[in-house]
Amino acid sequence: MRIVVCIKQVPDSTAKVVVEQGKISWGDAPLIMNPWDEYALEAALQQKEALGGTVTAVTIGDESSIETLKRALAMGADDAILIKDPALATLDTQATAQVLAAVLQKIGAVDMAFFGRQAIDGDAGLVPAQAARLLGWPSLTLTSVIKIEGTNVRVERSIEEGRQVVTTKLPAVFSMTKDFGEPRYPSFMGIRKAARAEIPSWSLAEVGIPAPASVISWPEVMNPPSREVTCEFITGANPEEIAEKLAKKILAEKVL
Amino acid sequence: MNTWVYIDHCKGNVIPASWEAIGVGKALGNVTALVFGSGVEALAKIAFEYGADKVLLAEDVTLVDYRAEAYATTMSQLAAEQTPDLVLFPTTTRGRELAGMVAIDLKSGVMVDVITLDVTDGKITITRPIYAGKLLTKEICSTKPQIITLRGRAFPKPAQQFGRSGTLTKVSAAPGDFPTKVEGYTTSEGGVSLADAGVIVSGGRGVSNNPALTPPAGLDEKHAEIWRARQGFALVKELASVLGAAVGASRAAVDAGYVPYAHQVGQTGKVVSPDVYIALGISGAIQHQAGMRSSKVIVAINKDPEAPIFKLARFGVVGDLFQVVPALTAAFKQKMGK
Repeated sequence: MRIVVCIKQVPDSTAKVVVEQGKISWGDAPLIMNPWDEYALEAALQQKEALGGTVTAVTIGDESSIETLKRALAMGADDAILIKDPALATLDTQATAQVLAAVLQKIGAVDMAFFGRQAIDGDAGLVPAQAARLLGWPSLTLTSVIKIEGTNVRVERSIEEGRQVVTTKLPAVFSMTKDFGEPRYPSFMGIRKAARAEIPSWSLAEVGIPAPASVISWPEVMNPPSREVTCEFITGANPEEIAEKLAKKILAEKVL
Repeated sequence: MNTWVYIDHCKGNVIPASWEAIGVGKALGNVTALVFGSGVEALAKIAFEYGADKVLLAEDVTLVDYRAEAYATTMSQLAAEQTPDLVLFPTTTRGRELAGMVAIDLKSGVMVDVITLDVTDGKITITRPIYAGKLLTKEICSTKPQIITLRGRAFPKPAQQFGRSGTLTKVSAAPGDFPTKVEGYTTSEGGVSLADAGVIVSGGRGVSNNPALTPPAGLDEKHAEIWRARQGFALVKELASVLGAAVGASRAAVDAGYVPYAHQVGQTGKVVSPDVYIALGISGAIQHQAGMRSSKVIVAINKDPEAPIFKLARFGVVGDLFQVVPALTAAFKQKMGK
């Protein structure tokens, strides 16, 4: 199996993210692998362990993203590619999908492409389905269970009403949810291997496509309106009295 | 403006944000609702009652179940012929996926999970949360059709005008052999879907700490903790049941194995905005806040007076949730006549 995992580097999920002078700032919070992508990498590694083959981690980013690719290597990916080009500084989702679809074609003979369900910065959750559409491959988004036999695929996908059980054929695009199972930690051997690894970077010319045009623009980013609430603490002689007062207060808000 | 609205449903059960989208489209001009499936003509009738002027009804054996490729191809072909100005979807698993694929087919972009929509001189500017609601961004799309998914409960649901009708047009499913087949469904965890819920009662790690309980003999430490947590979550569920609420949970509670992931609220779970959010034994880590801070009225019960959740809460109780919650359930039962 030729397996590719598309990952993104994002500010840590515990970061306090604010807009300062019109720019997004996360202070000195570290950059990490998008948490959803860790599930995608775990799914990819499990497929490799079950079926044989190789796992390649791919990201679009600048030099700093090498740290995230090294984490992927430390967790068990066989190799990694950084897609780096000045034309890729700000991309909307369809432009990102165009680049990643071209990268998957350039790598060639890919059987399975894994993505996290969404990146925790932009929160769009569109790239996996859009890359699948560009490639003409089945889109298996929000997957939690995967079974492969030959080129036959059976997955369970999360939907609002529960799970949908779907069969299809490889090659296919998978986006993974947390239900798949906890991602592994990097191994000691993996960390040593990753530290020594030379990670190739490809420009758009090397991928073989012109710079994709973004059609979405972001005229303004804003801090959300602050919740100006002062908590009214409810007290009483016993739990029943507290509960009685609290229930009255909530009902008085007339939202129930 | 000619607006299309995708009526998102599973086996005929419509996601309410589909009706909210009709309301948004009506404020901008004419609305055409898209109803795909098999045996779903009844949904067309309801779409008219919520304000749709036209319905495009595609009923076909290939559309019995939602399948991304079959649905997207049918929608893209219709849109290429009829060139709507704006296509609206509810922000759901299906809505997101379809919007993304249709945008690729029509060479346009998607503005996703939109909470405000403003039209000036025929140009749409939207606002949507990013970083799980830690920030908001405005967005503009330079291509047509404009494709937007609307966050549930961000826009009002129009009043249903019983008996209102419109123009129903039957259309064909796109021909094509799509390899993806739907084998069936596994049932959900039950309860109300978090995204649509008007009231949510959530439990955190604190629900496992009831010192008054003695786990059955023979359980190891981890299982004893989960046993305690199940007893604690029973209190959460009882309160939720009296209020007709959905059950939520913090990441800590999910990771500890107390409740399934489907219940997780927060940055790596669901982002919700109910009218009332009751947080029980949840300290309120920044990732949890990101998932629930836009709730109208937040109520917190926690034993730690310094818990950050109280900074968001309209009402707070510093105390033992194992005593207060059953009393609160009883109080609501009595007041709400149950």
